[in-house]
Amino acid sequence: MNLTRRQMLCASVGAAAAGVFGFSLSASATPEATAESIKNFAGGKEPAMGSDLTLTTPEIAENGNTVPIEVSVASPMTDDDYVESVVIFAEGNPNPDVAVFHFTPMSGAAEAKTRMRLAKTQNVVAVAKTSKGQVFMDKKEVKVTIGGCGG
Amino acid sequence: MDNIKPRVKVPKSASAGEVITIKTLINHPMESGLRKGKDGNLIPRQIINKFTCEFNGKPVFSCELEPAISANPYIEFSAKVNEAGTFKFSWLDDDGSVYETENKIAIK
Repeated sequence: MNLTRRQMLCASVGAAAAGVFGFSLSASATPEATAESIKNFAGGKEPAMGSDLTLTTPEIAENGNTVPIEVSVASPMTDDDYVESVVIFAEGNPNPDVAVFHFTPMSGAAEAKTRMRLAKTQNVVAVAKTSKGQVFMDKKEVKVTIGGCGG
Repeated sequence: MDNIKPRVKVPKSASAGEVITIKTLINHPMESGLRKGKDGNLIPRQIINKFTCEFNGKPVFSCELEPAISANPYIEFSAKVNEAGTFKFSWLDDDGSVYETENKIAIK
């Protein structure tokens, strides 16, 4: 993989990026694979895009090695109505899984922050599941200047 | 693994029923297993794959981490404090090591 940085940037913009990029695991890192994982997580339910789940990411990440992300779900967090888990995917990474947060009523609020790696410019997706079986989703595009994952 | 030390920031006290913010950081390389070393061979994967937080023995928050989490994983979350007690935090490493730390909190 002897692409220059400029070539890598160009490649990542194109639709054929996954093939050009040359990650050995890139076959698994497609939006389709992410969609499949979301389906499994949601148990066949169609996630509702809306204001209940907010995913906060920077619009442009200069360094793909540490990209701050924040998820926040509007929920009363009572014993019978709380957010059970929130899963995060990065569609363009060699492995789209990023993290799964598990909340309990004792969390008080369904909010979490961490820092992640992004290989290239791509969509980051968060999906939340509540104890009542509701499923929410939010998606943000992050432009990455220097990719992480050591590719 | 050299000198892996978890750091946690928990308020010393809170009002009953207050939702507090907890910040955690552990120094760890989070080697993804995709990176090549100077000799051209892949560096083996070394990831903290799980983090849990308990309060007085009851689960508060946990998360599963993948290689896509940055080195020195930082995790921030919240917890509802109804009584005085102890938060227990644990990080699980790929090699089976468990790093633990505890923080006490009082009621104002």
